[in-house]
Amino acid sequence: MKTTARQLIVNAIENGTVLDHIPSENLFKVVEILNLAECGHQITIGSNLESKSFGRKGIIKIADRYFENDELNRIALVAPQATINIIKDYKVVEKHKITIPEEVVGIGKCANPMCVTNHQKIATRFKTIVESDGIKLLCHYCEKTTKIINLQP
Amino acid sequence: MPKSLISIHDFSKDEMLHILDVASEMEKNKSQKILEGKVVACLFFEPSTRTRLSFETAANRLGARVIGFSDVDNTSISKGESLKDTIKMVSNYVDIIIMRHPLEGAARYASEVSNLPVVNAGDGANQHPSQTLLDMYSIRQSQGRLEGLTINMVGDLKYGRTVHSLLQAMSHFDPSFVFTAPAELQMPGEYKQFLAERGISYRETTSLNEHLDDCDILYMTRVQQERFSDPMEYEKVKDVYRLDASMLGGVRSNMKILHPLPRINEIAQDVDDTPYAYYFKQAENGMYVRMAIIACLLGYR
Repeated sequence: MKTTARQLIVNAIENGTVLDHIPSENLFKVVEILNLAECGHQITIGSNLESKSFGRKGIIKIADRYFENDELNRIALVAPQATINIIKDYKVVEKHKITIPEEVVGIGKCANPMCVTNHQKIATRFKTIVESDGIKLLCHYCEKTTKIINLQP
Repeated sequence: MPKSLISIHDFSKDEMLHILDVASEMEKNKSQKILEGKVVACLFFEPSTRTRLSFETAANRLGARVIGFSDVDNTSISKGESLKDTIKMVSNYVDIIIMRHPLEGAARYASEVSNLPVVNAGDGANQHPSQTLLDMYSIRQSQGRLEGLTINMVGDLKYGRTVHSLLQAMSHFDPSFVFTAPAELQMPGEYKQFLAERGISYRETTSLNEHLDDCDILYMTRVQQERFSDPMEYEKVKDVYRLDASMLGGVRSNMKILHPLPRINEIAQDVDDTPYAYYFKQAENGMYVRMAIIACLLGYR
């Protein structure tokens, strides 16, 4: 039997979804946004792994679970470079990039302290604005923009 | 026509012009009982005199009855009632809601909670669209047109919501702008970028005298103390511009001075008697524009 040239640090899964190229610092934000704490499937998480293109990256492997694109695109704000691999029988059968949704609902906090969403029980709602220096969020309510750095799920 | 008036961005150029046309009809016929039997709620979660009185007068002149409150001290809000519950409750009683609230985005949220039209009469430092429409009405009335005018905005261009909304609304009408402000209170970059993207020219100066003589509209604003966290910063800029009648010798004959009011020291009283003063007429126009807003949102125009 041939051995693979590269040893996997995070074990391979037979079937499921692999989220790769997540910035290490936002790894647990992704866990939170996808509500993985409540997920009953086998999940393996790797953080601070070496990556040629990113320096350090995070990876999440979720066995036997597949997501809707809308669901996965919610992580675009914290992991815009992430790749999604659909695994069937240990093989990558589908691979795609995250696309940034036009609008995000219920993720993140508006940076404007006078915004109504910071004072009443209201789900936040932002339009995404992609600029050369990153993604900005335009608040549907107070009409102010929040830089992605201020995003706290 | 959108269901509610929350932000000036919700209205297209044609919709804005429609409101102005209805307002001029209201000015010609100041009492029209088209809303007999209707009830208008004026919910002022933050004090205001001019805006509240002109909305209430507008509703009365249209034959509607008005309910509401002018501060939250004697309401259930002081007991901790949520904005959602207040709006839900009032929505069962009335036909349209006019509201001012200190939190930004409060009116947008109310319009989503309520099945009724909502008019934003000011949400913190965010939007005050009826002010923008009455400014446009006053510009058109005093100049006979909206197109191709030079508008000199003076004072607090950094925090002043009225100048930001007016700039965006007037961008439909091929204007050119002058921004007169002290270094601390200059027009924010995002608005200059907005103009640059649309090919609209602007000039900036710190001197009030520099562009007095080559503008059609002089839009003066008050430096608002409540926007400053540092009292020293406020003291430095509060009286930076004072317009008096002696400065108006060389202005264009059609030039008109607007101010959202209240004024403090930025326009001397001797300006009131010159043919250029238009701010009291502007305040009066507020009532006609608000009559038009209520009538249009209720589907009567």
